[in-house]
Amino acid sequence: MRGKTAMKTVNLTIDDLPVQVDENMTVLEAALQVGIDIPTLCFLKGVCEVGDCRICVVEVDGFDNLKSACVFPVSEGMVVKTHTKKVRLSRKSTMELILATHSKECLTCCRSTNCELQTLAEELGITELYYSDESPEEVTYDDKSNSIIRDQSKCILCARCAHVCSKTQGTGILGFVGRGVKTRVTTAFDKSLADTPCLFCGQCVVSCPVGAISEKVDIDKVWDVLEDPDIHVVVQTAPAVRSALGEEFGLPFGTNVQGKMVAALKRLGFNKVYDTSFGADLTIMEEGHELLDRLNNDGVLPMITSCSPGWVRYCEHYYPEFIPNLSSCKSPHQMVGAVLKSYYAEKNNIDPAKIFVVSVMPCTSKKDEAARPELSVNGLQDVDCVITTRELAKMIRIGRIDFDMLEDAEFDRDLLGEYTGAGISFGATGGVMEASLRTVADIMESKELRDIDYTQVRGMSDIKEATLVLGGRIFRVAVVHGTAAAGRLLDLIKSGVTTYDFIEVMGCSGGCVAGGGQPHVTAKEKMKLDIREARANVLREVDNSKDYRKSHQNPQVQKLYTDYLGKPNSQKAHELLHTHYTAKEKFPLE
Amino acid sequence: MKSLQELENLKLQSQKLVNLRLGDRQNSPHKHHVLICQGTGCVSAKATVIEEAFHEHLAKHNLTEDVVVARTGCFGICEAGPVVIVYPEGAFYSHVTPEDAERITKNHLVEGNVVTDLLLEGSSVGDKIIPINEIPFYKKQKRVSLALCGLINPENILEYIAFDGYKALAKAVLEMSPKAIIDEIKESGIRGRGGGGFSTGRKWEFTMNTQADQKYIVCNGDEGDPGAFMDRSILEGDPHAIIEAMAIAGYAVGANQGYVYVRAEYPIATNRLQIAIDQAKDFGLLGKNIFESDFNFDLEIRLGAGAFVCGEETALLNSIEGQRGMPNPRPPYPAVEGLWGKPTVINNVETFSNIPQIILNGAKWFSDMGTEGSNGTKVFALGGKIKNTGLIEVPMGITLREVIFDVGGGIPNGKKFKAVQTGGPSGGCLTEEHLDTPIDFDNLTRLGAMMGSGGMIVMDEDNCMVDIAKFFLEFTVDESCGKCAPCRVGTKKMLNILNRITSGTSEMAELDRLEELAKNIKISSLCGLGQTAPNPVLSTLKNFREEYEAHVKDNKCPSGVCKDLLNYFILDTCIGCTLCTRHCPVNAITGEKKEVHHIDTKTCIKCNVCVEKCKFNAIEVR
Repeated sequence: MRGKTAMKTVNLTIDDLPVQVDENMTVLEAALQVGIDIPTLCFLKGVCEVGDCRICVVEVDGFDNLKSACVFPVSEGMVVKTHTKKVRLSRKSTMELILATHSKECLTCCRSTNCELQTLAEELGITELYYSDESPEEVTYDDKSNSIIRDQSKCILCARCAHVCSKTQGTGILGFVGRGVKTRVTTAFDKSLADTPCLFCGQCVVSCPVGAISEKVDIDKVWDVLEDPDIHVVVQTAPAVRSALGEEFGLPFGTNVQGKMVAALKRLGFNKVYDTSFGADLTIMEEGHELLDRLNNDGVLPMITSCSPGWVRYCEHYYPEFIPNLSSCKSPHQMVGAVLKSYYAEKNNIDPAKIFVVSVMPCTSKKDEAARPELSVNGLQDVDCVITTRELAKMIRIGRIDFDMLEDAEFDRDLLGEYTGAGISFGATGGVMEASLRTVADIMESKELRDIDYTQVRGMSDIKEATLVLGGRIFRVAVVHGTAAAGRLLDLIKSGVTTYDFIEVMGCSGGCVAGGGQPHVTAKEKMKLDIREARANVLREVDNSKDYRKSHQNPQVQKLYTDYLGKPNSQKAHELLHTHYTAKEKFPLE
Repeated sequence: MKSLQELENLKLQSQKLVNLRLGDRQNSPHKHHVLICQGTGCVSAKATVIEEAFHEHLAKHNLTEDVVVARTGCFGICEAGPVVIVYPEGAFYSHVTPEDAERITKNHLVEGNVVTDLLLEGSSVGDKIIPINEIPFYKKQKRVSLALCGLINPENILEYIAFDGYKALAKAVLEMSPKAIIDEIKESGIRGRGGGGFSTGRKWEFTMNTQADQKYIVCNGDEGDPGAFMDRSILEGDPHAIIEAMAIAGYAVGANQGYVYVRAEYPIATNRLQIAIDQAKDFGLLGKNIFESDFNFDLEIRLGAGAFVCGEETALLNSIEGQRGMPNPRPPYPAVEGLWGKPTVINNVETFSNIPQIILNGAKWFSDMGTEGSNGTKVFALGGKIKNTGLIEVPMGITLREVIFDVGGGIPNGKKFKAVQTGGPSGGCLTEEHLDTPIDFDNLTRLGAMMGSGGMIVMDEDNCMVDIAKFFLEFTVDESCGKCAPCRVGTKKMLNILNRITSGTSEMAELDRLEELAKNIKISSLCGLGQTAPNPVLSTLKNFREEYEAHVKDNKCPSGVCKDLLNYFILDTCIGCTLCTRHCPVNAITGEKKEVHHIDTKTCIKCNVCVEKCKFNAIEVR
């Protein structure tokens, strides 16, 4: 929909049904209102609205050629037909052509049974493939990066990945190269993603309708250690995982499956199951005090959060001048890893080298983050393996666990077992800011504030701002999600148009709930529902239900400081919980 | 440039530069003008060397003061190039070599005797030179877009001004309201010459009526049809007309910036256009406060990298923006949301070249030419099996027969006309039965061809129509931008079928599939490239289906073109001279001396060497 304010309606008929809709709607949107399901393939609401694939074609009176419903605007008196013979034959013919360039390895494909192309082929009645293969002569299979695999033989050139990469992420790593049947979606100079300034955010993965871009699957590493009696395997799950895992098992969007998830992890044989929200609370303690320190001692402002590894990579490659603004705090799961291999190891008398930390994350970039050499203590990586929400679902299926039948279970309660409503909020846009404010405001106002719902920073608009008065001082904050929007905000700051004290950036639009490691959602479902909202609401409900809703109230975080770290930003805390960043060239000369 | 008066004064002063070419010997300071065609065709045939040779010989004869040597744009009759015209006689020299410059200088310029053996065939009767517009090639032409091509030196703004150049801009800016201009353009009925045929006036009106802080004028010079070079020739021969027209458009719709998008493969056109832009700026005809009005207009060249699809307007705009040249679905149309999202008028070079004259002579002058619904003239690039290959401009409504046989001089070598392809790779093949159809936008479309940008390729009996369809399809397969599946994959699948047909491995059912696929690509592709790419196949399937069937059913190519279907045989008339045996590169021919030889068709690679070598016509291809 185009962004116009005055709402005017128009009348049209679609398949003889009268329809009255907003004049800014497309034929596709109008059809949806009267329950007419026009098939789409390249369309992805808000991301890829270009009419490339020609599957959504319809007949519009007055035109000889067919129009793509996903981009064709409605108008007064328009007459649309969506399933005439002409339309059906066209869709079928186009589908046959698309399939002619697509690998037929459906049985072994990572998207088998979960592939939009496969579903569509069945829906359009494709029963034979007349045309021989017409794949480009050279197809790339790129599995060099820690996070993402590209298999060009499966690419259908729908361009969803390229659009999300340039439009939402502002990176443009993927684009079209070549002409005619030799056209490919690829990187600059056909480099491996590992050698590009890719953020590994995985938005391309969750935008891809087929198996052309997927996460690097690391579950075999996890199976191996689970069977090794000498290894103490600890798993932690990010806040956003519980908000989406249920989708993999047919549960409705926005179902909180925390209890079943924990039960499944215990069944799989992990020695301990913790919530990364504990790490989030710890992050607030460190980051909050870092912010206060910067405010009180003329430090570099605005301070910008650093828990999103996609955003950190974006900053290092695209806005290195803002590296001094990045909080030096490690991200929450890295903090948990570091605490597990020090404090936890000491308390439980376990050799840290025998502890294997698995993070279940809604994120593909976390895989790359965990491999960063600086995120280690005493030569041990903080986190040994990151698997995505999708991979956890895969493990549950391989483990033949009937997810539906599971009795809810609780996270382990010892040492790192507590978390607050602030900590769990980290999983959605605005959550880190809100959690920070709950702690920072208390400190600046020197009292326990009761009104702690910072609604200004909630919601899905891409740049959100708030101005507060704390401790007699004006305090300006911004929240931004999707790195393209982050880039726009940083440009405004650079040009001096605006300034802030503190900024939350999440690399993915909507935050971690819509991360690149979350379950695949079809374009059709995304058109009907903002899944970011549905998943974020799960976290909001948990937050509201918690007794402790401020990170500094977390008793086990308090105990960690008294027993081990001393106070926030202490030397010990710095050794374990803080890191540094490096400016990186986008395409260094070889 | 401050006023119309100043422009008029400049025109009066400049006229002496060109009077001689109009036959006015009295008011010219020179005795002769030597106009050397320096269009791309003649330049590649050494026109610049010819120019140097003239300078050298004129210096030798001390004639540098008396004789002007001017480079001009294309005269149109490329087949006769390099072309040199000497005024005031109007002697039309063809196939001129650098060596000929000496003779022309000595005999014609010094002694006053026209070198008759170098004159273009048909341009003289005995010693009498026929006026250029009486020469058969020009007789049925009506030159509006090409009026000054070949008449002025495009690198000298004064010569353009001498022919009322920039007077239309002055009239527009000083005497007309934007609405009056658009009404005039609408009334003239001019339709876009780039292929679409949309009303130019209405396009401008949409842009005028769209509110925006910035608007743009874009000239589409991304001419891509194989064999078409009308835009190139206009830019090379009369670049100021384009500048003037774009400024008029800018004034009419409220734009102060224009871009001319030209392919980088047109270095001469680009160079002359840049010279013209610089001169127009020097004369205050571009820039701020043109004719001391509030109107500002600036112009820049943007080079295209040669992708055919960039001729599609939305792809072109993407390319100017620095994006990959791929089309966007319309609406929104560029007139409302174009370059950088701003309202943009985008017209083709030839369309623009008509604008100044419409403003000067009025809408009626223009609409009096042509047919109902297709006013004015159209430039065509004649190519293929035709005598006068080159560039012509004819009034709309002329028949294909007149163009091919009168202007084009008919089919060479006594061969029989078979078909004509109009509209390049987007067009269709028309046959003998269509020859008397008046050419206009609607007639051509109705017959399954199209005007396109004006390519016209003539085929004779030696052409295989399946092969021709394959040729055009190979082009679109290569040039598809890859964005939408029907065009990207579908055209390739069509080509695969055509390849099977021409190699004898197809079957009759595949003809139906080919047609079905072609029709679907036509209705479902995103842009004009895909929507028209099947036309050559569909039109040949319709008009020459029996040729397709002969390939498939009988494994025969009736025109003897498709190599895979041909076999070489030695007839009984062979005397056994062994010449063919000695030249066959694969030793496929055997036979004793003085006995009839034999070709092993399995070994034969159909290279045709034996046919060329045989002195007794004893080898048959069938």
